[in-house]
Amino acid sequence: MSHQKSFQYADLLSVLERVVDIMSAPDQYSYPSVFIYGHRATGKSHVVLSIMKDLELPHASVDCVECVSSGLLFHQVLSAFFGPDAAALLPRCPSLSDFVRLYKQMSSNSPATQTRYIILDRAERMRDMDFSLLPALLRLQELVNDNVTVILLSEIVWEKFRPNTGCFEPLLFHFPDYSKGKSLVQILSWDHHPSYTPELYASYINILLGVFFSVCRDLRELRHLAVLNFSKFCEPLEKGEAKESDIHKLWKNIEPHLQRAMQTVYLREVSSVQWEQQQMDEKEATTLRVLSAHAHIELPYYSKFLLIAAYLASFNPARTDRRFFLKSHGKIRKTNFLKKHEKTSNHLLGPKPFPLDRLMAIFYSVVDSRVAPTASIFSQISSLVTLQLLSQVGHDDQLDSPKYKCSVSLDFILAISRCVCVCVRLLDLLALSLVIQSQVVRQERSLFTAVSNLHLL
Amino acid sequence: MTSSVSKGCFVFKSASKKRKRHIGVGGYLVDDSDENGCDRFTICQKLWETVQMNTEVIQDQLNKKVLDSLAEFIKKPGLACSSDVWRQRGSEIPTAALMLGVNVPDHAMTFRSLCNLLQDSVTPFVVSVHAKECAAVKLLIQKVLEQLMGRGVSVDEEQEDDTALLQKTQCTISALCQWYKTVTKERRRQENKCTQVSPKRKENLAKNDLPVVVIFKDFEAFNSQVLQDFILICSRYTQELPFVFIFGIATSPSAIQHRLPHSVSSLLCIEVFHSLSCTQHLASVFDKLILNSQFPFKLSSRVIQVLVGIFLYHDFSVQNFVKGLQFSMLEHFNSQPLSVLCCQKHEALLSAKILSKQNVERIRHLPSFMRYVETQEPQEQVRLLTNDEHVKEVCQKLLKNLHTYHKNYYPILQCLHSLTSSLPKFPLGKHIRELHVSCIEKNLWETEEYDSALQLLRILAKDELVAALRSCAEILKSANTKRMQNVLQQLEDFLGRLEALQGVSSEDSSGNGVVSAKMEYQRTDLFQLQKTLLEKESRRTKRMNPFEVLRSQVIDFIDSLVREYLTPAEFQPLNEVCYYSSSGVLRQRLNVTPRTSIQAALTHPFYYLKNESLKTNTGTISSAAPDLCIVYKLHLECGRLINLYDWLEAYVTVMSAAEDQDTNSEECGKFDSLKHARFIQAVSEMEFLGFVKSTKQKTDHVARLTWGVVILTERRWQLHRNWPVYGYLHCLL
Repeated sequence: MSHQKSFQYADLLSVLERVVDIMSAPDQYSYPSVFIYGHRATGKSHVVLSIMKDLELPHASVDCVECVSSGLLFHQVLSAFFGPDAAALLPRCPSLSDFVRLYKQMSSNSPATQTRYIILDRAERMRDMDFSLLPALLRLQELVNDNVTVILLSEIVWEKFRPNTGCFEPLLFHFPDYSKGKSLVQILSWDHHPSYTPELYASYINILLGVFFSVCRDLRELRHLAVLNFSKFCEPLEKGEAKESDIHKLWKNIEPHLQRAMQTVYLREVSSVQWEQQQMDEKEATTLRVLSAHAHIELPYYSKFLLIAAYLASFNPARTDRRFFLKSHGKIRKTNFLKKHEKTSNHLLGPKPFPLDRLMAIFYSVVDSRVAPTASIFSQISSLVTLQLLSQVGHDDQLDSPKYKCSVSLDFILAISRCVCVCVRLLDLLALSLVIQSQVVRQERSLFTAVSNLHLL
Repeated sequence: MTSSVSKGCFVFKSASKKRKRHIGVGGYLVDDSDENGCDRFTICQKLWETVQMNTEVIQDQLNKKVLDSLAEFIKKPGLACSSDVWRQRGSEIPTAALMLGVNVPDHAMTFRSLCNLLQDSVTPFVVSVHAKECAAVKLLIQKVLEQLMGRGVSVDEEQEDDTALLQKTQCTISALCQWYKTVTKERRRQENKCTQVSPKRKENLAKNDLPVVVIFKDFEAFNSQVLQDFILICSRYTQELPFVFIFGIATSPSAIQHRLPHSVSSLLCIEVFHSLSCTQHLASVFDKLILNSQFPFKLSSRVIQVLVGIFLYHDFSVQNFVKGLQFSMLEHFNSQPLSVLCCQKHEALLSAKILSKQNVERIRHLPSFMRYVETQEPQEQVRLLTNDEHVKEVCQKLLKNLHTYHKNYYPILQCLHSLTSSLPKFPLGKHIRELHVSCIEKNLWETEEYDSALQLLRILAKDELVAALRSCAEILKSANTKRMQNVLQQLEDFLGRLEALQGVSSEDSSGNGVVSAKMEYQRTDLFQLQKTLLEKESRRTKRMNPFEVLRSQVIDFIDSLVREYLTPAEFQPLNEVCYYSSSGVLRQRLNVTPRTSIQAALTHPFYYLKNESLKTNTGTISSAAPDLCIVYKLHLECGRLINLYDWLEAYVTVMSAAEDQDTNSEECGKFDSLKHARFIQAVSEMEFLGFVKSTKQKTDHVARLTWGVVILTERRWQLHRNWPVYGYLHCLL
């Protein structure tokens, strides 16, 4: 662990020098606030906390996710600096001024001999708290008149924090991403297995990064994957089929396995325990049931129709209803049947809200048999909402004209309609609405592939 | 009715509430100069108790497997410690995704038994949370803490002061952590005191801390932000606090990935558990309660169709199905005085002996009994119609017959089902309930489906036939009537002969080309086989080999069984005693149509109010009707926008029509403030009911929101002639 830390120091030397610079004179007043940002798992909190520990600086470390109210934050800070007794003096729902008052009182009793640090992890959550909290914390030094520095750690840039009214500008530090060749391989290689040589592990890491680097740069996740798959990598060695030097053979063995891991365990489609078990079982043939494989949902008969109707209502323009759902619709000239903006939209734009009346009208024309408007039909709509297959939009006029959106995908609807399609007409309807959308879907698909290609690059 | 009333959940607690009232007062069943209402009530109650017991047993049995595997999953020693010491893996929270099917209210029972099971056998620290109570992370954490620490306090009185100090500000997981540490320490000390454990076991104990199980009852309903935050917070404490999550999921496991981003779901170690599907659950309930000769209360085919229809078309709720059964039971025992005979055989015979004069008369009026009388000799007919004692004797005999009919019916039904359920395309239905419905509805052997099923049976391969007959024999073994034993013997005889044929047919096949060709076909699709065989048969009359002869004998035998035992219940004398058949009432009560009933109430107030003066011809508006009805009827004649003044005038005209006759028409046309007020009130009631809505398009106008039959036909809308169509369609014009 210790050499790993030293390694990270070395890697981030330029940043670190500056950070340590700030902390180098503990008896002097430090800069009031520091903002450190960088991607996930680039070692922000790790570096800061280990500096704190190594230099034995007085600090309070708070994770902002946990602070559901600002009171909790104050409580944690006070109890870290002055002990739980001080924190107990906070009133029931402490305000910022309560905190400042109490802090002042306490620090006058025990003035800071060296700089105190308040470390706020996941500081982006602070934006959701009281709007005055962040500006106040940034100049806390001034407010409490004590040698205190607030360190904010976040994954997003400072520009997204700056309040409208302006505030004290903290010192900014950026933690850069690890580069593939140098740092990641070296960091990951620290975990090497005691019974194998570090060189073997390093080559394993190289293979692993070759597969995963394009999708994942999260150090934690990569370490997780490395440990999960290492036993598989060593299998030929244990069996005596290959020597440590046969890198190519080992690569051939592990590569497809890693590819599969990328599709399953990395996405948490398969839990890591299941993945390990599968490796132990050695049965390649037993395909694990992937989470998204059970996408099928059993629904009552009319719920299926309601969902189909909702889908049609969400993705077809209301003007076309007459044409699709009436038997004797008037002749509509084809040329200007669809307006220009309608031709390009629908699937790209996502579902549109529709009123209940429209849903019911489409429902009744889609269902073949005669259905009484019973209470259970209507209650099915609300249960579809609770199942998140429909979503209710808008808050005004909930009673008189509630509006809904359909939140399931085309594939899902197609699967459902295949189940209930005793009636050919329904398929026709879907097909009709699809004809309009097919153009769009094609566009959408190409866009998706383009995006994923970009991501891979 | 409009959107205003149509949207929403309509909960109906039909039967259970009614019953409570019964117990208190002694029941509706007692009144109406009915001497044995009390008996009927007790019979009904006893039956209901057996139903309840049975359903609970079924539920437990069905859930046992999944619950046990869940408990096993949670017990799994030291999930975190199993692999290397290494952070990422350790902070993964073991999570069980429990698939429960789309009917959320039905889950309650499963969760209850899950909680009990976990608390009994795994860990006392079980928390279950509802989405409704947890709109924010704060509330969720508070709920978890309350349930956990509250429990700890109730065990140990001394600690109560500590928790009283627990302010809301300290409502954090770290506080829970502290609490957990003290509690486990306490437990260890107590355990050490109680039993001097060997040091080795102590180590084990230290490793396997009791997990803290958090059950999210309705995963889909949770706010995803709340869940994410909660998971993030919990994952920080996994080292000290061994959390296990259980997600109760109604839709599909992919819901987890839809709700949680990768950064959060990577903190979970998810395993999926499937509970039994609700259709399977229904099938077992059906087997136990309806296809059971021990259970005297029966449902007619129509009623079964209504109940199953509600299940399949609307809610997928087994609980509602059982409720429906309970309701029909109540209805039956309430409306049918002769249901006093609907109980176990010996009790029924006893009560048949002491039938009252009234009830004897009622028996004579039963259609099935009348049919029975008609088949008797004239002398016997006279006796049956005049002699009460004789009727009672005959009644006992008929009851016995009815019971034996049931005893023979169900085994044969099961046999037929097991024979036909493997046929391609399921000519007689996939489920036994479908077969049952068609059997009690009409003569099965007269249907086309039955013919095609028999045809398919006639071309079964030998191994299939033997296997099917074996399973039939298994079923018949459990039936204990004499006749069924006879049938069983015959069946076993056939089986023996088929097996004896084994050697012969194989010899034959070596020599006979036709047979060997057929053996090849056995592997292929049955339909093709049927087709080719039919062709062959039409081409030339082939000499049947011994197996084929035997096979047709077997099928004829089965056919004869069906004709003998699977007769419709309707033809059994006295079937009305046991069979509940008013499906219309059931549908009206269980599958309510609030819209139609409101319209019925407004157009025909007599239907509900039962006031003679309200009886009117259709089409006329009587002034005696409540204001609301008058206003409603008047508004039916208007278009989309209704002028309030015109409406008021029409209303006043109707109201003063009655007065016109005796007073001068001087006042007519002038409306006094009383009428004005009544009108306004009626209109606001209309608005409340959702028939009209104030509009900004025109002053003094209200918009009409519903469109009835009249408008429809006028506009020649072909959609749904009988169902009111929504304003939306009208607007499209």
